[in-house]
Amino acid sequence: MSDTGKTVVFVVMLTGVCALLLSGMYSVLKPIHDFNKKVYTKKQVISSLRTELENVGDLNDQQVEELFKSKVKELVIDANGDVVEGLSAEAVEMDKEAKKPLENRRYPLYVYEDGGSKRYIMGVRGKGLWDAIWGYIAVKEDGKSVVGVAFDHAAETPGLGAEIKDNKAWYGQFAGKNLYDEAGNFTSVLVRKGGAKNDRIEVDGISGATITANGVSEMMQRGLAVYTPYFKKANVIK
Amino acid sequence: MAETAVKNQEAWLGKKERKLLTDPLNDNNPITVQVLGICSALAVTTMVVPSVVISIAVVFVCAFANLIISLLRNSIPKQVRMIVQLVVIATLVTVVELTLKAMSFDLYKQLTVYIGLIITNCIIMGRLEAFAMANKPWRSFLDGVGNGLGYGAILIIVAVIKEFFGKGTIAGFPIIGNTTDYMINTTAAGWQGTMFGWYANNNLMVLPASAMFVIGVLIWIQRSYNTKLVDVS
Repeated sequence: MSDTGKTVVFVVMLTGVCALLLSGMYSVLKPIHDFNKKVYTKKQVISSLRTELENVGDLNDQQVEELFKSKVKELVIDANGDVVEGLSAEAVEMDKEAKKPLENRRYPLYVYEDGGSKRYIMGVRGKGLWDAIWGYIAVKEDGKSVVGVAFDHAAETPGLGAEIKDNKAWYGQFAGKNLYDEAGNFTSVLVRKGGAKNDRIEVDGISGATITANGVSEMMQRGLAVYTPYFKKANVIK
Repeated sequence: MAETAVKNQEAWLGKKERKLLTDPLNDNNPITVQVLGICSALAVTTMVVPSVVISIAVVFVCAFANLIISLLRNSIPKQVRMIVQLVVIATLVTVVELTLKAMSFDLYKQLTVYIGLIITNCIIMGRLEAFAMANKPWRSFLDGVGNGLGYGAILIIVAVIKEFFGKGTIAGFPIIGNTTDYMINTTAAGWQGTMFGWYANNNLMVLPASAMFVIGVLIWIQRSYNTKLVDVS
């Protein structure tokens, strides 16, 4: 066989073996990956309440599932603020929703109920520096005061942009903020570079991660506004 | 009987083999002496835990890529050897990624950016070209482990320094900072206030650029006691 022939055979065989190995491994591990991903999302949703429920960070996979079964109601709402029947919030894939026209989008809403007190948890999604960022924002019964937030990201830099997820001091700032100003207008919570000026609706930025922080501002501004029609219809916000 | 056992052991882990493992830790360190793999060393070292995981991944990939390439070394066509090496590296890195995703989803989320970067780590490619293409499998494997460890050791040292001075924590454990969460609280009144009141965590240390200084200083320290590394010409 000629040299070129040998080369081609060798390369085809090698890539074939590698491709088989990887695709085999992928399909074997896929159920585990899917399960991990689902539980991970649930953990994130519930960890937006970590300021009130201190131990949520330590829950294992099963406990999270249980907590969701017993205390969390999953709703899906549409752009008009009406509840879409027959859908579960975890089935809403926010990255796909973002590609639909505005009036067709669906939004997940988790309602956490424990002994008469209610917490609404809303999902938002936006853009960081490198890739997507998303998060869950929990508010009290009034639909306005923030209980806590849990952000996550696809590819922000650890130590800089990734601080939105990892830095307790930073995301802790959101607790106690208000999504509405004194006059009752929706403002969302603004991340301000150089330090918050208005304590009610602003939090400090992250040094070295201005673009990610701005992404958080933008994501909350746009992403939370779409829940207002629902809260008004459900008489949560008067 | 006993003698043959010793001889066998020597063959597996003799003087030369041990040297393959220990040389990259000091005299022939891939980062401080060969100055390879600097790009990933700058980027990953912001925090200790990711650095440790990346180090383990690099040891695994480097060792097995060396082993596989060494096994194939006589049949790899010369013209495509680089591509073949890359295919092997990329496959191993994907194996690492899939395994981590199944084992610890949290860590996977944290490291997903950097695991792909291992493919382009020049240390691995360098070892394949320089060593595995010309040596027997077992020695190549040891060389891979050694170089992975040498890389990982520097990575972890740099990460500890950067995380401590940049964020006041080591592996996420809060040590010094300006809130009550930290072991030494720089804003507290009294003894601690006077002792550490001037100290502030330096944000520059978190940025990749500071790893340049830290690695530079490490190279300086290493050369000042290991004088045979100094280039006299």
